[in-house]
Amino acid sequence: MNTARIDAKQGGGWLGAYVLAYLVFLYLPILLIPLFSFNNSIQAAFPLQGFTFEWYATLSGNSALSGALANSLVIGAIAATGATLCGITVSYMDLFGRSPLATVISAIARLPILIPGVIVGISLLILVNLIGFGPSRTAIVLGHILVALPTTVVIMKGRFAAIPRTIREAALDLGASDWTTFRRVMLPLSLPAIVSAFMLAFLTSFDEFIVAFFLAGTEPTLPLYIWSQLRFPKSLPTVMALGTAILAVSLVIAAIAEILRHRGLAAAQRPVPANLSKPEETERGELQWHST
Amino acid sequence: MGNPMSTIVATQPLPESRSSTGFRLAMLLPGGLVTFFLILFALGLVVFLALRGNDGSLLGVGFTFANFITVASDPLYWAVTLRSLAIAGLVTLATVVTAYPVAYYLAFHAGRRRGLLLFLVTLPFWTSYLLRVFAWKIVLAYNGVLNSALIESGIWSEPTLAFLNTPAAVVVTLAHAYAPFAILPIYVALDTIPKSLVEAASDLGARPFTSFRRVVLPNSMPGVLAAALVVFVPTVGDYVTPALVGGPASTMIGSLIQAQFGKANDWPFGAALAVAVMLVILAVVLVVRFADRRFGSRT
Repeated sequence: MNTARIDAKQGGGWLGAYVLAYLVFLYLPILLIPLFSFNNSIQAAFPLQGFTFEWYATLSGNSALSGALANSLVIGAIAATGATLCGITVSYMDLFGRSPLATVISAIARLPILIPGVIVGISLLILVNLIGFGPSRTAIVLGHILVALPTTVVIMKGRFAAIPRTIREAALDLGASDWTTFRRVMLPLSLPAIVSAFMLAFLTSFDEFIVAFFLAGTEPTLPLYIWSQLRFPKSLPTVMALGTAILAVSLVIAAIAEILRHRGLAAAQRPVPANLSKPEETERGELQWHST
Repeated sequence: MGNPMSTIVATQPLPESRSSTGFRLAMLLPGGLVTFFLILFALGLVVFLALRGNDGSLLGVGFTFANFITVASDPLYWAVTLRSLAIAGLVTLATVVTAYPVAYYLAFHAGRRRGLLLFLVTLPFWTSYLLRVFAWKIVLAYNGVLNSALIESGIWSEPTLAFLNTPAAVVVTLAHAYAPFAILPIYVALDTIPKSLVEAASDLGARPFTSFRRVVLPNSMPGVLAAALVVFVPTVGDYVTPALVGGPASTMIGSLIQAQFGKANDWPFGAALAVAVMLVILAVVLVVRFADRRFGSRT
């Protein structure tokens, strides 16, 4: 902490300005969508033409849109449940299962991060056609479980690793079975992370386009609906109004999930000696990006 | 959430009734199904299909290397692959180089603002990728935000077509879309560098730049390589950004794969292209692993 303060005096100012500029670059293009969604013109261009809610009004009473929204919500909920369940079991067995199979499964579960979405999409397209049900909402659910899996595995692994080992060992020593220890001790202790993993998996699915594009049958998700509207210049303002609503929902869910995750980790780390408190000590490379 | 400890104490004998094997099986089942069936088996199907001829049926016909021979011999596919590598490489370079100072600030200078800043750089990660690309389409369009803003402010008198439908538009859009991917791995790597190392360097007389170049930078390389990988992989196979802001001159290998499973309807050939992409990624991963080892396994 002391060194940080000393460091802050030398060059920290320039870096701070750079970070500010970077954040502007990160957020400015995204913020243009809400800005122009209230603009009374079909063109997304300056000067602004005046304030309107007209584009938001066009959202209501659109049955294709509400159908896509319903699909996205259902697919998101089921896929997030599946991905969270897999994330919990895979990371738990990886950490405590002491079996090579569990380690292998955990490694493969994080593989989708090294596979471009287009390939996840086509591989599952072939698979669901082979099974027989073909492109459908079920197919999208399977795809989204894969896309969200690395996130849920890494979040849950970080969380389980942050729980002091002594707590689990105490439960086992006191005669609790593996199952009881898992259900009555480890799960309640990682509840914030579970909720956070579920929410982020839901968001991943809700916003996912690349994989869903290949797996959608006759019932599109919301991003697929947006994609279909991008061809028509006339519907761009409507897309921007819809995009604004989606961004707002995404930001709120993501904010809650991140806060929950950090609360949970902070709470877990308080009684832990420093060497145990770093999640993902063993993991490097691919996936440290979620493990802070 | 109550006190979990009290529930442990309250638990009565029944525990041992469930066998440990049953527990392990149940715990391994969901992950096992997903990883072996949805990932390994599905990828195996792609490789299998790539070795088949196209007769319009789902799994094709016969065994043939014709798809791979076409991929390897037609200059079009070489050109598109090289372009994909160039675009993804540029995006990766731009993303990592611009993200590094942010991660550095977060690790060493942010102080009390660190939590908030980490939160702010992570947040866009969870917003729709399609919307982020769409945002750039409205920025770069002929009648778009950038053109109109430049004319409004008197810098230019006429809108230009030069922004949209160029490979440069693809690079900028992808670099923006995947920017949040790069910061966290670098930040984690920087944050885990023992402070004593940096202090030792300055105690031994290293000037700030020397200690950065000789101590901080090499020690953060694993994070930099991880960041490069998580940006490179999704960008090299991207087909949405080239379609929305790239125009015909920026067709990437992902666009070709998508076309084979769409309009062109030659799944075996599309599968062969996908296998080629996976081989390219495998090569990149191996290079990264090798480079990683050279920087030592510190993390």
